[in-house]
Amino acid sequence: MTPQPSPQRAFGGSRAFPFAPPLPLFVLRPILKRIVTKIAAENPDMFDRLGPHRHAYFLIDPVNMPFMLYLRPDPDALDFRAVSRNNQLPHVACISGTFLDLLTLMDAEQDGDALFFSRDLVVTGDTEAVVCLRNALDDVDEPIAESVADMFGAPGRMALNALRRAAETAQKRKGADQ
Amino acid sequence: MIKPELICPAGTPAGLRTAVDVGADAVYCGFQNATNARNFTGLNFTPEEMEKSVAYAHERGTKVLVTLNTFPPAGKFDLWKEAVDTCARIGVDAIIVADISVADYACRTYPDLRIHLSVQAAASSPEAIEYYVREFGVKRVVLPRIMTVSEIKGLVEEIPCEVETFIFGNHGLMVEGRCSLTNYVTGISTNMDGACSPAACVKYERDAADNMSTKLCGYTIDRFAPDETAGYPTICKGRYRAQCREGGYYAFEEPISLNASNMLPDLVKAGVHAFKIEGRQRSRAYVKKVVGAFREAVDSIMAGEEPKLADLVALTEGQKQTEGALKTKKWR
Repeated sequence: MTPQPSPQRAFGGSRAFPFAPPLPLFVLRPILKRIVTKIAAENPDMFDRLGPHRHAYFLIDPVNMPFMLYLRPDPDALDFRAVSRNNQLPHVACISGTFLDLLTLMDAEQDGDALFFSRDLVVTGDTEAVVCLRNALDDVDEPIAESVADMFGAPGRMALNALRRAAETAQKRKGADQ
Repeated sequence: MIKPELICPAGTPAGLRTAVDVGADAVYCGFQNATNARNFTGLNFTPEEMEKSVAYAHERGTKVLVTLNTFPPAGKFDLWKEAVDTCARIGVDAIIVADISVADYACRTYPDLRIHLSVQAAASSPEAIEYYVREFGVKRVVLPRIMTVSEIKGLVEEIPCEVETFIFGNHGLMVEGRCSLTNYVTGISTNMDGACSPAACVKYERDAADNMSTKLCGYTIDRFAPDETAGYPTICKGRYRAQCREGGYYAFEEPISLNASNMLPDLVKAGVHAFKIEGRQRSRAYVKKVVGAFREAVDSIMAGEEPKLADLVALTEGQKQTEGALKTKKWR
């Protein structure tokens, strides 16, 4: 799939990037790798739900962050990294939404179909691959974000809470602006 | 007064555990093949997952109903037969069937296996339902979403089996079990392959103005302006040009969900034995919120209290809801 520009107007036309990462993207790489490796090790059955799409590359676009995430959910060749918005890599599908929506989606706190109906979640590319990824993640019992935060102990949990609060504030601000 | 069972959907083992944990009386789910009408990629249960899930549910006093609610095409019956055999072996509480060959095989081979008649069978008259009860020992009928509460009440009084009605979720009624609209475009049958608008056939495209087009096998079936809510990519929910209307027109159905929250007391009084929540293709978040809300509402009614009705509109298709035919035949 040819990389497309990310949706902007669908999310209020604002890209303030209020959560600019304090570290360069390459520093995130080992952290993201560790995260995805842990989830994969604890939930080996989830890959069965991906079928042939486990070899696919997904672009996950938290529209209010300054970077995008690049995921290949292949248990034999896991890849999960942050990429610059100026360096979009080939992918079969792109999933776009606010950071908070994507986070709560991953943690089974929000329903993907509902976010799609409200137009807060935008899917382009291979719809079947996205549906398989959604179903695979939804079959993981533990809240993924919390599990990831726990990997880093108290600082991890504090960071997650801070991210959630910041994202909620941004969401409220966006709502007030509309 | 009968306390209706709350029948809840699950598309994955984790979804089933969520439904059990938030108070489902029974969970319905299907195998990863054409034997059920939500045969979507990445969804549903392997036989091993189903067996473990049945054990999880039974340990907590919850029933598991397995949907075998599609119609076997000629030469492919073995898949349905194998599914019935698996259900009997792992001790599910009932199978939900639509096709008479599946019902016949199940009742002759496993006389103790409880059979529910799927909404896909579209049986709504006392005569049709009595036939299924007499010939296949059907214990419960899931009614098509085309009946008013007063019609349901009349039916309950006439038929020799339990009645289950939908109370929430996708509102794709048509003549249930007979819809071939999607088949016409995709070549894949909702009723025989179990997949209406399979994701592999669906594409969403945005233009520069952020309008979103929904395409099925290359055909545009709807286009949503940036400020419009969206619906499922099915032909029956598509918007079309018709000479009798200006602009796009929802010729068959609208993107809208059934929400019978306000009608629960009437349905209880009508003698309905079970309330069904649609949505095996939905997430655990949906299961948790919808099942939790209806659990509370049903319990309140049975305690003689005013039911507390949660606002579920955010979870409805197109963020629109209707009481559908339950309230009036003129709902559209």
